[in-house]
Amino acid sequence: MSTQVPEEKEQSETEQEVNAETEAEITEGASYGDQRRSQRDAQRRESVSGAPVDIEGESFELKVFRYDPEVEGKMEPRFDDFAVPKQKGMTVLDALIYARDRYDTTLTFRHSCRQAVCGSDALFINGRQRLGCQTQISDLEEPVRVEPLPHQDVVKDLVVDMEHFYDQMHAVEPFFQPDEEPDGDLEEYRQTRENRENIKMSTRCIWCGACMSSCNIAAEDNQYLGPAAINKAYRFAMDEREGEDMKEHRLNVMDQEHGVWRCQTQFSCTNVCPKDIPLTEHIQELKREAVKQNLKFW
Amino acid sequence: MHEHDVLVIGGGGAGLRAAIAAHEEGADVAIVTKLHPVRSHTGAAEGGINAAIREGDDWELHAYDTMKGSDYLGDAPAIETLAQDSPEETVQLEHWGMPFSREDDGRVSQRPFGGLSFPRTTYAGAETGHHLLHTMYEQVVKRGIQVYDEWYVSNLAVTDHDDPADRECHGVVAYDIKTGQVEGFKARNGVILATGGTGQVYDHTTNAVANTGDGAAMAYRAGVPLEDMEFVQFHPTTLPSTGVLISEGVRGEGGILYNSEGERFMFEYGYAKNDGELASRDVVSRAELTEVNEGRGVEDEYVYLDMRHLGEERITDRLENILHLARDFEGVDGLEEPMPVKPGQHYEMGGIETDENGETLIDGLYAAGECACVSVHGSNRLGGNALPELIVFGARAGRHAAGADVSEAEITTGKTAEIEEEDGLETPVEPGAVATDDEDVAADGGDVSADGGAAVVEPDETVRSAVERERTRIERLMEKDDGIQHAELRADLQKSMTENVNVFRNEEGLKQALEDIREVREAYQDVYVNDPSRTFNTDLIHTIETRNLIDLAEAITLGALARDEFRGAHWRQEHQERKDDEWLKHTMLSWNDGTPELWYKPVILEGQDKTYEPKERSY
Repeated sequence: MSTQVPEEKEQSETEQEVNAETEAEITEGASYGDQRRSQRDAQRRESVSGAPVDIEGESFELKVFRYDPEVEGKMEPRFDDFAVPKQKGMTVLDALIYARDRYDTTLTFRHSCRQAVCGSDALFINGRQRLGCQTQISDLEEPVRVEPLPHQDVVKDLVVDMEHFYDQMHAVEPFFQPDEEPDGDLEEYRQTRENRENIKMSTRCIWCGACMSSCNIAAEDNQYLGPAAINKAYRFAMDEREGEDMKEHRLNVMDQEHGVWRCQTQFSCTNVCPKDIPLTEHIQELKREAVKQNLKFW
Repeated sequence: MHEHDVLVIGGGGAGLRAAIAAHEEGADVAIVTKLHPVRSHTGAAEGGINAAIREGDDWELHAYDTMKGSDYLGDAPAIETLAQDSPEETVQLEHWGMPFSREDDGRVSQRPFGGLSFPRTTYAGAETGHHLLHTMYEQVVKRGIQVYDEWYVSNLAVTDHDDPADRECHGVVAYDIKTGQVEGFKARNGVILATGGTGQVYDHTTNAVANTGDGAAMAYRAGVPLEDMEFVQFHPTTLPSTGVLISEGVRGEGGILYNSEGERFMFEYGYAKNDGELASRDVVSRAELTEVNEGRGVEDEYVYLDMRHLGEERITDRLENILHLARDFEGVDGLEEPMPVKPGQHYEMGGIETDENGETLIDGLYAAGECACVSVHGSNRLGGNALPELIVFGARAGRHAAGADVSEAEITTGKTAEIEEEDGLETPVEPGAVATDDEDVAADGGDVSADGGAAVVEPDETVRSAVERERTRIERLMEKDDGIQHAELRADLQKSMTENVNVFRNEEGLKQALEDIREVREAYQDVYVNDPSRTFNTDLIHTIETRNLIDLAEAITLGALARDEFRGAHWRQEHQERKDDEWLKHTMLSWNDGTPELWYKPVILEGQDKTYEPKERSY
């Protein structure tokens, strides 16, 4: 384990000092940087009394998992510590961005929308799968510990390989397969409000992979479709616009050895889902439907 | 070298729709995206899709509303195409299984939106974009369309003719983010840019971090004009710390804006006595900033949006999502406290000049979606018109690129007899590329001529030489071990744009921005990548993106300085009126050997059966 910014941490009474310390290391070719730095320092001095965002003087410790398969000195997994000034409304993603942009530009993680809809920044934060952008620092115990999603191969730092997750999603024929199109120009399929309501939560999945990472069964059985893919199947199987034959086909897919029956209703997927999708419930419902379907043939 | 008939760059709404359309025409199509398609920013769209699909409504009304909303800076053929194609495209989404909200009779619901004469906005809860994105990705999976996800396209492979109108695009160069390999992608038929918005030019935006306008910047440097870049839409209610959007729905339900004195300023200070909080987006944005600038903002930064009086029941019923956003992203409980809001960059109405079929000036190069400007939004986009733009023009570009027989476009691209040259725009600094003999400057990606000027026209060779240039560029960025890092440059650029080219604009500020951009551009020559790794090097990606942001920031600012009138989202302190005599024209910017050249082309107000007469837009 190494410590990335020990000096700053000890001295970090204010964000200003932290930055001055870090930036002072950039010495060459920095006439532009020098000029900007003095401007910025002047601005900071001006804004000290207003202190618009920083909760003055307080910082917290961000412990981040680090690993790079090809850079010497980084091949051995470790944790780096960063001192990050507390700001009102700050999320774990904000803290990671702060650490990356101020201390170490090699710190690597996926992120994009910053509003819990792109699904890129599912991480293992203080021992639980969460979206970095959706998690307030103020809700966490310190130090804040950030690791890549468990049970997935680590590509680098916090980035995991998502291929297996995507493969499982694709394995359930994740696309609409109706029998025939409605008659007439611009005619829609009819769908009752109740039916839409019934599938609504299942359609909210953002493919973040938190559920899959939290599932003990998926960790043991690489072929288990897992909660996200089964939820995707639920989304179509329960959509009344697809016909009965297709529903039967979908239930057959679910009824396989590595399908719904692997689920042991531990609810870990449901607990970590950042979109509050009742995943376990959906899996149970497909189990019931599969049983009902089998009974029909007796 | 990878090879396909059609290459789609970007995996959001426009890109997915283009890929499906090209595939349906029988083309071998591949999507190359720096994210994974389901991570695209289309997923963040909330509102809905305008489509005239009901009795009592028709495409002509939709076109009229859009033309008026654009403040008469949209081109009629483009707007009429949008309105005509949207119904079929929208119903197509339903046929692909999109979970639209439903009426009692089971048909797709529609609701009223600002500026619409009929409630024609179809929607799927307040998550329309998410459902649109996923529904289309499902169709891509169904068709087995190849997706190169987490491949970053960093340049186009374009032939080296002197006149941009003679150039041809034969492919792209992309960088495999997972392994660091730089490779060529050849397109036998065409390349479609669908790379989305430019929000990262500003430090406060509703856009994703990935929205760095890569496609627009690459096309621009390859010789395609950028159109109307100064028209940037700002949304009045975004959360101060992140830029997360708080939907207009809150004000629609009766949410109230207060300043720090507890005054309901939209009424009390008379910004919009009739409409109050429900005035149009640009009006509310200006009102909020005026309050802040005059010292009545909270913490000198924002105002309050209060919905507590609506009561817990109604809030949970209709605005549940907003409670989550305020809680998760601002740490505020909307039931107990007012929410802090301020204006934020939301949408770039300008972009890569295209015609109605998505084609650009360069043969074989297409663009669609927010990165393009076929000119449907003019100077002001109506809510609910962004998503139909993606599907309508994505599909058209896809079909055309795949070689389908398409009707001839009415919009012309490039310079024609009707253009007007700009003369006399004074800029405080010389915009454009930095003149230097230093070879390292090639690392900035601004040099797009192949092999230092040898005329490369053969397709394979064009791609190969583009790959070589990119490899050199990336090596130089990686080999350098000191200098300036992108984060500092990007922050400076964003700060200046936010201060000077925001909701309020004046000559002094715009000139200041040009100076700041110049300074950043020069400093960029010293940029270096700290991370030596070839594996998932986001430091490198952000460094290349930052170069794109510099060009786009400059294009926005130059356009804003030139346009000395007040139209739609473009407010000028010294010019408080819409000047139809002078300014019914598009601002065009061409990258001419590294020097931005400004010119104008007329707005097309003649539609299929009628001419749209400009009318006063009353606020």
